[in-house]
Amino acid sequence: MARIARRQCLEMFRSGRLGTRASAAAAGQAALPSPRDAIRARYFPNVVLRTHENRPVRFYDDLIRDKVVILNFMYARCDGVCPSITANLVKVQTLLGNRIGRSIFMYSITLKPEQDKPGALAEYAAMHNVGPGWLFLTGDAADVELLRRKLGFVNPDPALDADSAEHIGNIRYGDERRQLWGACPALATASWIVESLGWLDGGSKGL
Amino acid sequence: MRKNKPAREKERQTATRNRRELIEARLSRRALMKLGLLTSGGYLIAKNGLSARASGGDPQSPPTRPFIEPLPIVPVKQPVAGLTPDPTVAPNKAAGEARTRNHQALARFPPRKLYEVHQRAGLVSMSPDLPLQHIWGFDGITPGPTYIARYGEPILIRNFNDLPADNGGFGLNEVSTHQHNGHTPSESDGFPCDFFGPGRFYDQHYPNMLAGFDSTHPPNGDPNEALSTLWYHDHRVDFTSQNVYKGLAGTYLLFNDRDTGDETTGFRLPSGQFDVPLMVSDKVFDENGQLFFDLFNLDGILGDKFLVNGKIQPFFEVHPRRYRLRLLDGGPSRFYQFFLTDLNSPDTPLPFWQISNDGNLLPKPIQVTSVRISVAERADIIIDFSQFAGRSIVLENRLEQTDGRGPTGNLLPAGRGDRVLRFDAVLPPVADNSLHPAAITKFYDLPALEPPRVVRRFRFERNNGQWAINGKFFDCNDVRFRVQKNSAEHWVLQNNSGGWQHPIHVHFEEFQIVSRNGRPPQAVERSRKDVVRLGFNEEITVFSRFRDFVGPYPQHCHNTVHEDHAMMLRWDIEEIGDQRTEP
Repeated sequence: MARIARRQCLEMFRSGRLGTRASAAAAGQAALPSPRDAIRARYFPNVVLRTHENRPVRFYDDLIRDKVVILNFMYARCDGVCPSITANLVKVQTLLGNRIGRSIFMYSITLKPEQDKPGALAEYAAMHNVGPGWLFLTGDAADVELLRRKLGFVNPDPALDADSAEHIGNIRYGDERRQLWGACPALATASWIVESLGWLDGGSKGL
Repeated sequence: MRKNKPAREKERQTATRNRRELIEARLSRRALMKLGLLTSGGYLIAKNGLSARASGGDPQSPPTRPFIEPLPIVPVKQPVAGLTPDPTVAPNKAAGEARTRNHQALARFPPRKLYEVHQRAGLVSMSPDLPLQHIWGFDGITPGPTYIARYGEPILIRNFNDLPADNGGFGLNEVSTHQHNGHTPSESDGFPCDFFGPGRFYDQHYPNMLAGFDSTHPPNGDPNEALSTLWYHDHRVDFTSQNVYKGLAGTYLLFNDRDTGDETTGFRLPSGQFDVPLMVSDKVFDENGQLFFDLFNLDGILGDKFLVNGKIQPFFEVHPRRYRLRLLDGGPSRFYQFFLTDLNSPDTPLPFWQISNDGNLLPKPIQVTSVRISVAERADIIIDFSQFAGRSIVLENRLEQTDGRGPTGNLLPAGRGDRVLRFDAVLPPVADNSLHPAAITKFYDLPALEPPRVVRRFRFERNNGQWAINGKFFDCNDVRFRVQKNSAEHWVLQNNSGGWQHPIHVHFEEFQIVSRNGRPPQAVERSRKDVVRLGFNEEITVFSRFRDFVGPYPQHCHNTVHEDHAMMLRWDIEEIGDQRTEP
């Protein structure tokens, strides 16, 4: 490898030419993406999905942008953890009442888009007495897989990750405008999930 | 048990070596571009063999030069003459106080020193090779100021939340500051659900009393329960990892008439400028050099840059004498095993002395060649730099960890680990009035154990990616069990999460390990502790007393990503306890 004088190298570091934009940032150059844009670029691909009502939606533009959301992954024929999660989220929806679909949006994305076409998801939603304002989503398999990875519903053990029955049973909640993103177990009590969402409205808890 | 694939391991080692060689070769930008290793934007190209996490999509920090800035010595927090309005036993809601419960002991232990601290945004440099970083800090710095307190000298800190609404990408501007791990009444402990928003304050009363003052050892408590190295950090439920990563943490030291803070008295431990807290944390920076937090990570967050007291890989010029260094793993998720390494002779083991575990002085100093700490664990060590006069010695982490699951169990070869801090023994000789650790035959006795009132079992589990204890998830309102005030219990901690490790923290009193996998604790684990590493498929029984105060406290995994995802439970100390054995 090339040998360069130490002094020369240090000068380059100091001048910000190697490896950093320290001097640029210090000089106030505003070339960086906003944190909100950085989050969007990293986590929210704007892929087109299809709702259980067979309506095409863009993931970021239509589902995430400017919204408070609850997100999870499931599939219709899952007989492991999914039915109890869906039943729990129905309780959450009941507790939140007409805020769902207005100020808070619920999304369940299928892990098996080949099986779960919009019709199958509509059937699933009806079977679980899911109310309006909560969307079940399917789409191109590659897009769904991209979303799953971007949103971190991934097991670090590849063998477990490949096993749908072991899929991640958490929900993400967040407020896109305020860059607030948290997560909790989807099987936490419905009242606790609602309380967690309440935090996004600000305020304090205290016992 | 987790299998570590040799190919992946080799890839990781290659990556580490490549990055180190690139930085150490001091290549010019043009040379790097010629080699195809640098983008026109000035960043190393992320490709397999360069990224420590080559198989994932995580960002890789831009290169930074090691050992070009001195170790920051964190300022000592100074008291104020008075607080307006005066502290009150009941929460002063009219004045904007967010506390919800009365002080239990304010009248009995009136504060002799008052402090005022403001949690606010700050702009700091973590390396001259990176842009300035937007952090949240106590008084706007990270680590926050160091509190120096004494047993028998109660203090009160008025803690203001001046954090901005704009979080810059991560963090929630609601806070609950935990004092880890004082004998502190619940309402001042920093319980995760006692958080409050901006524009308000919270009075935290630290009696600085030894455990047992109102029960087993009246009126002053059990001297063998003394703590020395504590820290404080945000504990806001579900957002602790983000807020602490953003900077909300600092050190709190406690002295008494034995561990005096004066090396000419008491135990005669190195004092003053020779007594230095070292808060170690790992972080990652994005392609623009901005501090990066992976919001959508459930497993645990590893950084590829190592910071001590807020600077990436600083150097520390020392005199050729003994120093007391207080190591703390500030998280968020990494486990460390620290060695001293002379890079000119990396295979020569360099012994030093460990004197405490989790800030609790051991029965006596133990000579070691490494210390292992997981998140929130502390280890006070004594290094005699007179043996290294004129030389440079590196504090090196050789414990391999490649993801949030925990260390792989492999030790990296000496000189091939993470170089965290470099000691340069270049300053002139000065007086050393501290005692040689070998001459210290006793610090404290371990308090005697008594039969437990109840034995409770806790399984730390992972079900479909959901972190759980005994199959249940954290809920602020769910009191999982009630401990009887002034009683003792055994807690059996089991790791059923398969392939994961968890640093388990119990708030309030220090515990003692009774057994680890059926065997009595060895060496430095024969101590009082407040965090215990729970390895793959391990079972650890701990003994603890719950004296003097009442109210809610948590037990949780201190991998802050796990604790934020419900691997926590609430227990309350009450006058009458329950008998739940699997709460």
